[in-house]
Amino acid sequence: MSVSTTAPAKERAPQPSPSRARKRSPALLLILPSLIFMLLLFAYPLAQGIITAFSDPSGGFTLGHWERMVGDNKFIPALRNTMLLIVVLIPLQFAFALAMALLLQEKPRLSGMYFYFWAIPLAVSDLAAGLVWLSIFQDRGYLNSVLDGVGLPVVSWLHYENTTTMFIAVLCAELWRATSLVLVIVVSGMQGIPKDYAEAAAVFNANYWKRLRHVILPLLKPSLQVALILRTILAFQTFAVAQALTGENFPLLVGETYRWYNFLTNPYVASAYALLILGISMVTAVVYLRVLRDQSQVGKR
Amino acid sequence: MKAKLTLSRRALFGTSAAVAATGTLAACGASTSGGGDFAMISTQFTPVEEKQRFEEILSEHVSTTSVSYTTMTAPEMLTQVTSQVGSGNLQFGLIGGLHGDLQPLAENLEDIDEALVETARAAGIAEDLLELGKLGGETTKYIPWMQASYVMAVNKKALEWLPEGADVNALTYEQVLEWATAANEANGSPVFGFPAGPKGLYHRFFQGFQLPSFTGGVITTFQSPEAIESWQWMKDFWAQCNPSSTNYDFMQEPLASGEVLVAWDHVARLVGAPQDNPDDWVMVPSPTGPQGLGYMLVIGGLAIPKGGDVETAAQVIEEFLKPEMQIATLEKNAFFPVVEAEIPSELPPAIQLEFDAVNAQQGADGAIVALPPVGLGEQDGELSQVFKDCFAEICLDGGDPGTVIPGKAEQVQTLLDTAEASCWDPDPAGDGVCQVG
Amino acid sequence: MTSRPDTEHGTATTAPIEVDKRPLRRHQFNRALIQLACILISLFMVVPIYLITISAFSTRQGLNEFPQPLWPKNFSTETMATFLNSTGILAATLNSLTVGIGTLVLASLVGAPAGYAIARFAFRGKDPYQLFLLFTRALPIVVLSIPLAQVFLATGLYDQPIGVILLHTALSLPTTILITSSVFLSVPIDAEEAARIFGCTPVGAFLRVVLPLALPGIAASAIFTFVTSWNEVLGATILTFSNRTLPAQVLSTLGDSPVAFRFAGGLAMIIPSIIFIAIMRKYLLNMWGTTIR
Repeated sequence: MSVSTTAPAKERAPQPSPSRARKRSPALLLILPSLIFMLLLFAYPLAQGIITAFSDPSGGFTLGHWERMVGDNKFIPALRNTMLLIVVLIPLQFAFALAMALLLQEKPRLSGMYFYFWAIPLAVSDLAAGLVWLSIFQDRGYLNSVLDGVGLPVVSWLHYENTTTMFIAVLCAELWRATSLVLVIVVSGMQGIPKDYAEAAAVFNANYWKRLRHVILPLLKPSLQVALILRTILAFQTFAVAQALTGENFPLLVGETYRWYNFLTNPYVASAYALLILGISMVTAVVYLRVLRDQSQVGKR
Repeated sequence: MKAKLTLSRRALFGTSAAVAATGTLAACGASTSGGGDFAMISTQFTPVEEKQRFEEILSEHVSTTSVSYTTMTAPEMLTQVTSQVGSGNLQFGLIGGLHGDLQPLAENLEDIDEALVETARAAGIAEDLLELGKLGGETTKYIPWMQASYVMAVNKKALEWLPEGADVNALTYEQVLEWATAANEANGSPVFGFPAGPKGLYHRFFQGFQLPSFTGGVITTFQSPEAIESWQWMKDFWAQCNPSSTNYDFMQEPLASGEVLVAWDHVARLVGAPQDNPDDWVMVPSPTGPQGLGYMLVIGGLAIPKGGDVETAAQVIEEFLKPEMQIATLEKNAFFPVVEAEIPSELPPAIQLEFDAVNAQQGADGAIVALPPVGLGEQDGELSQVFKDCFAEICLDGGDPGTVIPGKAEQVQTLLDTAEASCWDPDPAGDGVCQVG
Repeated sequence: MTSRPDTEHGTATTAPIEVDKRPLRRHQFNRALIQLACILISLFMVVPIYLITISAFSTRQGLNEFPQPLWPKNFSTETMATFLNSTGILAATLNSLTVGIGTLVLASLVGAPAGYAIARFAFRGKDPYQLFLLFTRALPIVVLSIPLAQVFLATGLYDQPIGVILLHTALSLPTTILITSSVFLSVPIDAEEAARIFGCTPVGAFLRVVLPLALPGIAASAIFTFVTSWNEVLGATILTFSNRTLPAQVLSTLGDSPVAFRFAGGLAMIIPSIIFIAIMRKYLLNMWGTTIR
């Protein structure tokens, strides 16, 4: 059996016309509940958000809130930090999760226990994760205790002047907190890879890297795609960890939304931020879908 | 086929309905607020121990009804109050918060002149405090509940670096800077801290201490040469502070851990530092500047949401104003009475330290009382943000006060215009909207 | 077809003894490397949990020491006890469980069929539909929750677990649908078609063939849903008032408390999740233990 028959099942979906006509109605029936549910819960808040972002207190149309957002001294740092974090974190996280999944695939002794350990952060909230890493990175925290213990100089990891160490701390914490999600999705995707493919490839003398590149990764693509889009969108939403670690010294876009809404009691600018995040997330998602699909078509030729 | 589909869907729903039913049994919810008959929400006494102590005070001193006490942050409270009052479906009857927390709520609060002002006067609350309760409007929106201020906590270890001739109980801004510099040099690392964390109250330092002490005003002297000078002082002082200060919310923690030895903060946020060994600590008034000792009064108030049960709430508030309840609040949670009450001669040691410092501060020669911003409404948070931005641009980013401050003046004026706020102490009250000077 | 393991080394293999041992030794070396990597990663994952545990069980003074001891030197249950005794912790845990299970059930009921539709059927508007799902998840929760709070207040759902369940379901539906669709995608369509050929109705084929194969994956998605709900705090804080969920209660109880209490509260929130993952681990393990064909 060839690789292409099983993996992208959706390629098989367009079938002879009689069955196709029958298949359309159950599909709509199946997605209808979710569609209605989401519309009910999101339509009003979203409309409200859009109206708020473009209206002045008296109800007229204005772009003033957007100007305030862009003009705020935290806007550029927040945008830069968010992008930087995503650009560095996501590839790192995927490499890490993939490596972890592949290690498990080798079925080392105690693999059950390892998987459990590696899945634990999945259950840890961002509030708690922020606390955990604060206890490590703070001036008198565990990391400096260890450094001091072995006679190395202590480092002020979270000082507002040490942008790099601050970034590293946030990166570490996020890597710890959110890699499990990717791991679970990737492992569940590996479940779908029939063993005989890898074995067949081994039989044909493909070395490990070749097997990874030409057999495992292509078969994992649907799961990786899901994980990538999901993880990126979620990454745009997290700020609690960065806030716990750095206060307001490492602003992120969502943190700014929260700050404008709550501490500055200005829902207008907050809504503008929210729409901006929505926009960036959507553009990213569409780009992902495009790029991944194009590659798959290239691969087929 | 369709019929079969729905049928077995029904079967599927049947089994899951069973699961859901167990959920629905509990879906009425379990009360997390202690389940009193009368709910109070508050931004005060949020730390877990303080809250537990205040719940004890409530059960001991309030007999009208059993009051449940739910704490939340000021922004949460704003959301809760506006959305609940807006929908006319109130889940609480009494609001407690600082002046600044109640400010943006003004439109959602009952007028309580008739119900309570006479009672408050009779209890001995000062007229100027009652005036604050109008939130810059015509009618009384809240009744003062308790008060506090900001002082400095000093670990005695730091006294050795005190500049010669300086009296720790009557420091000047100049001496504080000298002290911080000497201590930093001698110690090899900074000894002073500053509550510049995300939840820190450092903006109150600029609004209520630094600017009034240097300029005699806040808004009307916002960009005066004296104000620029005061920001230069702040810049120099910051250079001697522990840079971790941008993560400090409550100074008692870095003080207690020894990370810093001297710090200025709200008394309720300092009281934890000397708790374990009060003999190692002194608490002193905030420093004096060229114009005098500017200090900000912290006022907590009690308000009734629009559409709430005024009668019950008024009875509860009356009990809050009884001297015994006020003294209990001082002894346990470090907030001072607003009513006339006899202070017991024996206070807990940490509270005693604070009490003395606050008294010395209020009685100091040339004391200048600064009020928290009045009449700013929803712009209150943004005004504080301007001061935080000044700090960030001057101290963190190394900007020149002479260019940063004038750049912010327009922003402040816009906020005042939007809120149509008149000046408040220490700026002289004039006609119309307060003008940045 | 057969192959000899030594073909990779080609001409180098001359003496018969070496032929047998070198791959074996390399194999052992690889196994050791794999174990080492696993242990290092496990340390990275577990040590932070260990550290917050000893922090949560230290005296308040103990936390001020420097260097911090890496073992429970100043053991004390004081902060933990204060936290656990504060008003409403038990009730909040109950609420969180209710909300978590309610969300899990509702999200699976609404989401799994949609996931199946995406995996199996080509229908017009599939891509816009998927984008729409993601779209909803990309709106920050604060901006989403406040209008919802007003709607819930008007309809009587405010401060009820059901209100939070609705929000959390909405938040986790996109993930549930995406994960279940990838799970259904991995169930070979041949099996389903075979069942159909042997006389099963589409529904019967789904229930008897597809669902059992997909169940571990659905369980994984359910775990994720539960955990999302268990940890979500921003929306829960806005939508509840006196019937708070655990994280909302912890945030309001401990947000301003000294750090010692926050460690205790943090750990108290982590422990149930660890137990939950331990219970559901079987399903996660199944996911790669069972091969489909």
